[in-house]
Amino acid sequence: MGAGPAPERKPSGFSHLVLHLHPRLVPAAALPFQRTCGLGGAAAVLFLVLAVTGALLLVVYEPSPERAYGTVVRLVDEIPFGAFVRNAHHWAANGLVLVTLLHLLRVFYRGGHLPPRKGNWFVGVALLLLVVACAFTGYLLPWDQLAYWAVTISTGMLEYVPAAGATMLRAARGGPDIGPATLARFFVLHVAILPIALLLLLAFHFWLVRKVGGVILPADAGDEASPRGPLVLTSPHLTQREGAAALVVLAAVMLLAAVRNAPLLAQANPGMSPNPAKAPWYFMGVQELLVHLHPAFGAVAVPLLALVLLVLLPALGGGERPSGRWFGSPRGARLAMAATSLAVVVTVAAVVANEPLRRARPWFPGLPPAVRGGVIPLAVAVILVAVVAWVSRRRGGSRLEVVQAAFTFVAASFVVLTVVGVFFRGQGMALVMP
Amino acid sequence: MSTAPSIEPSVPARRDFLGRLGKGLGILAAAEILAVVVAYLAPTRGGAGRGAGIVVAGPVGEFTPASVRPFPAGKFYLVRLSDGGFLALSSKCTHLGCTVPWSQKEQTFPCPCHASTFDLKGDVLAPPATRALDLFPVVIEGGIVKVDTSRRIERARFEPAQVTYL
Repeated sequence: MGAGPAPERKPSGFSHLVLHLHPRLVPAAALPFQRTCGLGGAAAVLFLVLAVTGALLLVVYEPSPERAYGTVVRLVDEIPFGAFVRNAHHWAANGLVLVTLLHLLRVFYRGGHLPPRKGNWFVGVALLLLVVACAFTGYLLPWDQLAYWAVTISTGMLEYVPAAGATMLRAARGGPDIGPATLARFFVLHVAILPIALLLLLAFHFWLVRKVGGVILPADAGDEASPRGPLVLTSPHLTQREGAAALVVLAAVMLLAAVRNAPLLAQANPGMSPNPAKAPWYFMGVQELLVHLHPAFGAVAVPLLALVLLVLLPALGGGERPSGRWFGSPRGARLAMAATSLAVVVTVAAVVANEPLRRARPWFPGLPPAVRGGVIPLAVAVILVAVVAWVSRRRGGSRLEVVQAAFTFVAASFVVLTVVGVFFRGQGMALVMP
Repeated sequence: MSTAPSIEPSVPARRDFLGRLGKGLGILAAAEILAVVVAYLAPTRGGAGRGAGIVVAGPVGEFTPASVRPFPAGKFYLVRLSDGGFLALSSKCTHLGCTVPWSQKEQTFPCPCHASTFDLKGDVLAPPATRALDLFPVVIEGGIVKVDTSRRIERARFEPAQVTYL
C-alpha cells in the first residue's frame, strides 16, 4: 500500500463529487485516524442526518402554542417511526454540539488554530455558535415544560446585558414573556435562517481547509524535498476511510434513537416551574455559574470573556509555528494534564465550599452584590489562570504551551461546572448525588 | 491634443464622486431595509386597553392576616401582611423569570431554578436574585380587593409605602 502507482480506475459520479471537496492526491501522513479523530467529518454527517430528519419532522409539526405539543405527541404516539425520527433528530443534535466542541479541542491541541489556519479557526468559532443556536432554538419547539422553562431561563440571561438588556430580551422573545411570538421566531430561525447560515459557512470552512493543503501534519511527516511526505490517491484511500467513519456515526445515531427516547414532559405550563428547572446541557455550565455569581457576571461577563478567549487564542500563540503533534510536545501534554487536574480540584472545591456560604449571610454585607458575587470571584479566577501560566513558564513551557495550559485550565473548569450542573444538582439546585 | 491635459484630471474625480455616491446610496438603502426588518420584527403592544388587566380578588374579609393566596391566571400572589395590609407580588422570579411557588412550611417563596428565596414581603432572603419580587397595584373599592396586572412595578426592596391598607 502507499505511494506506489495505484491501478487506474475510472472515477464514478460520486467520487467526482467527493473530489470537489478533496484534492486528487493526499499525503499518506494525513490518513491515520488519530490525525483528526474523524470529528469534523462526523459533524458534517450529523448535519446531514439533522437535515433529513428535520425535513421529516417539518411535515408533521405545527409551530403554534396551541398545537405544537399536540403534534409532537401525535408524532410519537401515532406516526409510524415518528418517535424514531424525532429521537434521531434529538440525538444527532446533541451529538453535533458535542462533536463540534471536541473538534474545536482537537484542532486547538494540534495547533490547527495558528497561522496559516488562523482564519479558519474564526470560521470554526462562528460555526460553533451557529450549531449551539440551532440546538437551542430547536429546544423550544416541542412546547413542553422542559422546553418552556429552559428557554425562559436562557433568554432571561439577556436581561443582565448592560444598557441593552431589556431590549434584547424583548427582541429574543418577541414580547415580555415566552409566547406565540417566541415560538414563531425560534421556528423560523431553527428551520430556515440558522441552517442556511450554517450551510454557507460550512462550505467556506471546507474550502479554507482545502486551500491550506488539508489537515495539519506533524513537522516530521516528510523530508526536505517533499515536506508533506509521500502522497496517495484520495479515492480510494481517504474516501473509503471517510465512508466507514460516516457509517459508524450513522449507526450510532440510529442505535441511540432506537433505544433512548428524546425527553417529552407535560405541556408547557407558565404557572409552574418544574423543580429543578435546568437549561440544556450545553448551557448547564453557565447555569451552574449563575448559582454562584451575580447574574451580570454569570450570564454575561464570563461567557463573553470565554468567547473573547477563543477568538484571541491564535494571536496569543505569538507567531510560533505549530508542531502538528498533540499538545505540541510531551512537555506540553504534561503541563496540560497538570492544568486539568488543578482545574478539577479547584472547581470542585469552590462549588462544594460555596454550597453553605451562598445561603448564609454574606461576609461583607457593605459591599455591593456585583462586587461580592462578581468582581472578586472573577479576579480570583484570573489570578488562578495567571498562576497556571506562570508555573508553566517556570517549568520550561514554550509560549504556545503556556497558553495551552492556561486555556486547558479554563476549559476543564467549565467542563467540571457542566458536569456538576447536569448530574449533581437536584431539587432547589441543592448538591445531590446523581 | 492640447485640451487633453485639462480634461484628464477631472475624469478620475468625477468617477470617484460617482463611486462614492453609489456606495453612499447603497449603504442608505441597506439601512432602510434593515430599519424595515427591525420595525417588522419589533414586538407590538397587546391590544389590551385600560382596565383589561384588573383581577377581582375578592372581599377583604376573605383574606386572613399573614396569609398568601395564589392567583395563577394573573401570575401573582395576594399577600395579606400580619398588620392587615395587602401586597400583590408577581410570581415571576426577578433572577431569570421562573415562577416561584409559596412554601407554607418555610414561609418563603423559594425559586426552583437557581434557589433564590424571597420572604412574605417579596424581599430577597437568598441570592442570586438581586431585586425583590415585582408588585402589581392593589386597590380596595367598597371592601373588594382588586389587582391591576397590566401595570408591573419593579422595586429594589420592600418599603412600607408599597402596602395598600383598607
